[in-house]
Amino acid sequence: MNRFAALLDALLFTPSRNGKLRLMKEYFASTPDPERGWALAALTGELVFDEAKPNQVRALAAARIDPELLEWSYDFVGDLAETVSLIWPATGGAGHVPDLAEIVKKLKEASRSDVGRLIEPWLDALDPTGRWALLKLVTGSLRIGVSARLAKTALAEWGGVEIDRIEEVWHGLVPPYQPLFDWLEGRSPAPETGDLPNFSPLMLAQPLEDDDIPSLDPQDYLAEWKWDGIRVQLVTRGRETRLYSRSGDDIGTAFPDIVEIIPSDVTLDGELLVLRSGEVASFNDLQQRLNRKTPNAKLLHDYPVAVRLYDMLREGDEDLRGLSFAERRQRLEAWHAGAPRPGLDLSPLVPFTSWEELRELRDGARERGIEGLMLKRADSLYVAGRPKGPWFKWKRGALTFDAVLMYAQRGHGKRSSFYSDYTFGAWRGDELVAVGKAYSGFTDEELRRLDRWVRNNTVQRWGPVREVTPAIVLEVAFDSVHRSTRHKSGLAMRFPRIHRIRWDKPFREADTLAALEELLT
Amino acid sequence: MSIATPRPETWIRTSSAGLYCEPGDFHIDPIRPVARALITHGHGDHARAGNEQVLATSGTIAIMQARYGELAGGSMQAVGYGETVTVGGVVVRLLPAGHVLGSAQIVLDYCGSRVVVSGDYKRRPDPTCEPFEPCNCDLFITEATFGLPVFRHPPDIQEIDKLLHSLTLFPDRGHLVEVYALGKCQRVLALLRRAGYEEPVYLHGALIGLTQLYETLGIPLGPVLPLAGIPRDALKGRVVLAPPGASADPWSRRLPDPRVAMASGWMRVRQRAKARGVELPLVISDHADWDELTSTLDEVAAGEIWVTHGREEALVHYATKAGYRARALALVGFEEEE
Repeated sequence: MNRFAALLDALLFTPSRNGKLRLMKEYFASTPDPERGWALAALTGELVFDEAKPNQVRALAAARIDPELLEWSYDFVGDLAETVSLIWPATGGAGHVPDLAEIVKKLKEASRSDVGRLIEPWLDALDPTGRWALLKLVTGSLRIGVSARLAKTALAEWGGVEIDRIEEVWHGLVPPYQPLFDWLEGRSPAPETGDLPNFSPLMLAQPLEDDDIPSLDPQDYLAEWKWDGIRVQLVTRGRETRLYSRSGDDIGTAFPDIVEIIPSDVTLDGELLVLRSGEVASFNDLQQRLNRKTPNAKLLHDYPVAVRLYDMLREGDEDLRGLSFAERRQRLEAWHAGAPRPGLDLSPLVPFTSWEELRELRDGARERGIEGLMLKRADSLYVAGRPKGPWFKWKRGALTFDAVLMYAQRGHGKRSSFYSDYTFGAWRGDELVAVGKAYSGFTDEELRRLDRWVRNNTVQRWGPVREVTPAIVLEVAFDSVHRSTRHKSGLAMRFPRIHRIRWDKPFREADTLAALEELLT
Repeated sequence: MSIATPRPETWIRTSSAGLYCEPGDFHIDPIRPVARALITHGHGDHARAGNEQVLATSGTIAIMQARYGELAGGSMQAVGYGETVTVGGVVVRLLPAGHVLGSAQIVLDYCGSRVVVSGDYKRRPDPTCEPFEPCNCDLFITEATFGLPVFRHPPDIQEIDKLLHSLTLFPDRGHLVEVYALGKCQRVLALLRRAGYEEPVYLHGALIGLTQLYETLGIPLGPVLPLAGIPRDALKGRVVLAPPGASADPWSRRLPDPRVAMASGWMRVRQRAKARGVELPLVISDHADWDELTSTLDEVAAGEIWVTHGREEALVHYATKAGYRARALALVGFEEEE
């Protein structure tokens, strides 16, 4: 347990992705089975203890600790698990330090009334970091900035296999994943995936650059709209049904309304969208659903979702991934026409004859929910990963807007000595109103210059944030702008980034809020 | 205490300049210049410049002179640990406080009544200073910087091991350890050496003077080099010590992909460490933790406890429940920093 606790602690404090990967790889390499398997389950969110609740932890602490001291400490620390882990009176060499496997086994078997009695001797035996990790694990909120995908990436890099191979076998396995570790350490062949509703790693598109176009023949490609939702995979085998996200996470509990309508014996690829009478709602609406792990009835009603299908990877026992896209498309259309498919429609093909014509279609498409176009070679097989050539995404040109730099915040990791996160505003009369924040799009040289400028033109500081004299105009590029209650301006941009720094432009001539509102979709 | 002995509050009290001893006519760690000052230790919020007469240990006086030069004070009187001097009618003795080099508790005897002013102190061993010496008294005036039971400092060696392990895990990154210039810097150096780390350690310019002073006063700290002029790549996998806040300063760009550590008791609370952008919190403190504060109260067996600075309410609450007369003094001018 101490090793696992040290890992969680280090992951919490290490902001960079590479740093986190390195910590996890080292852990997998140096920790025995089955401890590391249970740790992997915890990192991928597969360990849930239904009978353990935060109030049981609170009750344990209250029985041991002076209530006023506990209260002052909680006020100071601000997190219950951490407060209890630190304040827990050390009993000095008490008892045996449990390992992770033992903790998991006993907690799984425990009833709600047993949990307190079970945890108490463990808290006595562990050190503060161990107690913190135990309480985080028990109450089910690690919050250490590691996604299931990142943990699997670390596992793949450590084991020397592609992440997609891990994803393929993943759903046939249960913690502590002994066959997985046996395979990765070369003691046995890859685990059988069997007859399970497994995730098929996705085929992804490359961005289309203008330089690519002359070498491409329009006749080889089929075009579809690129929808502004989230990519999902719908799978059924037998009675087992799964809704997977782009990264292979099971997101079924967040979308029970989709799980309900997944048809039998297929694997489908499509875009999950909020659809109201056939109209795609803004990504902001979809965000309301993405924010909830388990939606209530009102949310289900107010934000109805559907899936717009664009590919079929399996029908019955037949794997279609070896067929061309044109053939798969025919199979998809025939299958879709075979029965009523409520909540599932087809993403239409966009007919065109030349790139010029297609470019006009793309730039003219201002309707909600369309981000641009997808181009897929008619003869392309379904290949996992992001091969260059068969599929392209051709995003609509970005919108741009001249904003005024208002606040700058210090970055993290490599950028911790740089003011690299910029909040910018638009004019509303004589007042600047913040409309967004961006931290990319500039060169290292520009970053150094902006950082220096921020330090020399600060009017106020709050911790890592500086308010600056309004003077610098930032040309901000973004994909779209929506209504939002989060910001004072009532607007929120998607993917804002710094396009250019307009050192030359007088800040009084920056754009107005009204101008930004005209770009609302 | 016999009937004839005066109660402590009749001869020691707070004034606008800080803690004041009436019969001796001196202040302890005054926040503005006074005629006669007794100084517990060299940190800037305790040892200020410009007092007419200063009485302190030779270590503290050396630190004050290194920091303030001519302005350190009018006359500087050094007193060894355990020696007694009489100031007014008050017998004064300095005992080690274990906080930093030269740090002292101040023991005051007046008409059979004894007061001990702890200054800042800690109870665990520190290779760079003399250990705290408990002294029975009628009134113990204690600090409470870490006066909450969430503060229990782990063993130093465990924290140093975290740093050494990180050097092997991230050999391509410069390890920037933020430390207070007086005490913490030299203690971290000494602890690294005890753990067998023999490589040169690089210092920010603001740390060099006091580190050299420690060496001069007989505390060996192994090879240290100024950071200035060292090429960035030579700092991969190396330890660089710098004052708090250095990681946010453009200065830190001299390090390759700095991994920011900080050695402080505050690092115990994760959100505090996160908010400072610290990746590697090292819980190494020069102050007593909760267990040390409370056990010291029992050890010095004072009937009365005054709590000067820090989280007074929790320690007063604890002391009252444990049967002591206790109150908070709420002295101003002391910083939360260690």
